Amino acid sequence: MPVTGWIEVNDHYCKGCDICVAACPPNVIALNMERLTPKGYHPAHLVSEGCTGCGICAIVCPDAAITVYRETPQRTRQKITVQEIA
Amino acid sequence: MTTLHQINHQIVYQRPESLSDTNTHYCPGCTHGVAHRLVAEVLDEMGIREKTIGVAPVGCSVFAYKYFNMDFVEAAHGRAPAMATGVKRVLPQNTVYTYQGDGDLASIGMAEIMHVAARGENITVIFINNAIYGMTGGQMAPTTLPGMKTTSSPLGRDVELSGFPIRMSEMLATMDGAGYIARGSLHDAKHIRKAKKAIRIAFETQERGLGFSMVELLSSCPTNWKITPNEALDFIAEQMVPVFPLGEFKTNPELAKLRV
Repeated sequence: MPVTGWIEVNDHYCKGCDICVAACPPNVIALNMERLTPKGYHPAHLVSEGCTGCGICAIVCPDAAITVYRETPQRTRQKITVQEIA
Repeated sequence: MTTLHQINHQIVYQRPESLSDTNTHYCPGCTHGVAHRLVAEVLDEMGIREKTIGVAPVGCSVFAYKYFNMDFVEAAHGRAPAMATGVKRVLPQNTVYTYQGDGDLASIGMAEIMHVAARGENITVIFINNAIYGMTGGQMAPTTLPGMKTTSSPLGRDVELSGFPIRMSEMLATMDGAGYIARGSLHDAKHIRKAKKAIRIAFETQERGLGFSMVELLSSCPTNWKITPNEALDFIAEQMVPVFPLGEFKTNPELAKLRV
């Protein structure tokens, strides 16, 4: 599946509460059991491809720890370039 | 992950500017954080962060002044609406809001909140209802559900002994001074979106000078309910929403044409 979106979880804020894991529609978030944050929680992370960048994890995150990115379609970039030239 | 950054991307969501860089002391999964974030997002969208003054309560959200990136004052227990009245009357051009829990607003601060609404003070109140006293260790609150077990009602709230839960939004909606009263819930993405809309309308009410505005938010307390964060969200949906119905209880007619 092509990459369409991804998330970054900030360890400084994440408390491993598991809410984003349950809320994620394509089920691509899990808690990272191999790592601990400075506060001693297992942080959330992306486990597989399939993130669509819908942002539901960020909406339900109680600690605003998640930044959501979405791939911009290539044609949008071309449109901007044409406008800039004109 | 380095390859991902080479892709042309847009940021769908990032931490709002109105939240400070401090990490909160709230328990994992506590929806206080969601409420903070919604207020911060609304203030960012309206572009009024620079002129907003918050009033922090006593309770779990006592450190709200550390978590919001704006001017804040700390009020005595339950007296946040009285303090906000003073701040708003001295600085009427500023946006003033209080952020209170159910122990602060519905119990010790009952007189202040009723009278601030009766006077129609032009302030906004964000009311977090988690049906329990969170900070002090999970005692029964005025909003505790009938039959709900707390540390001071270990056999469940007995309505013959300790009465029924208080519905603040319905009660405040009867006040003529109130411009906008709504209740939202923070248990899933859909309701969080609706709650954000309600908070936006509440602040718009204040900006338009239409009187007192309050948004009640049903919130979770996984630690004192003694369940996991996700079970706590289910508890809100299944147990709290039937007792505290969601919706707008009073809307000033001038807000009807507002689109947010």
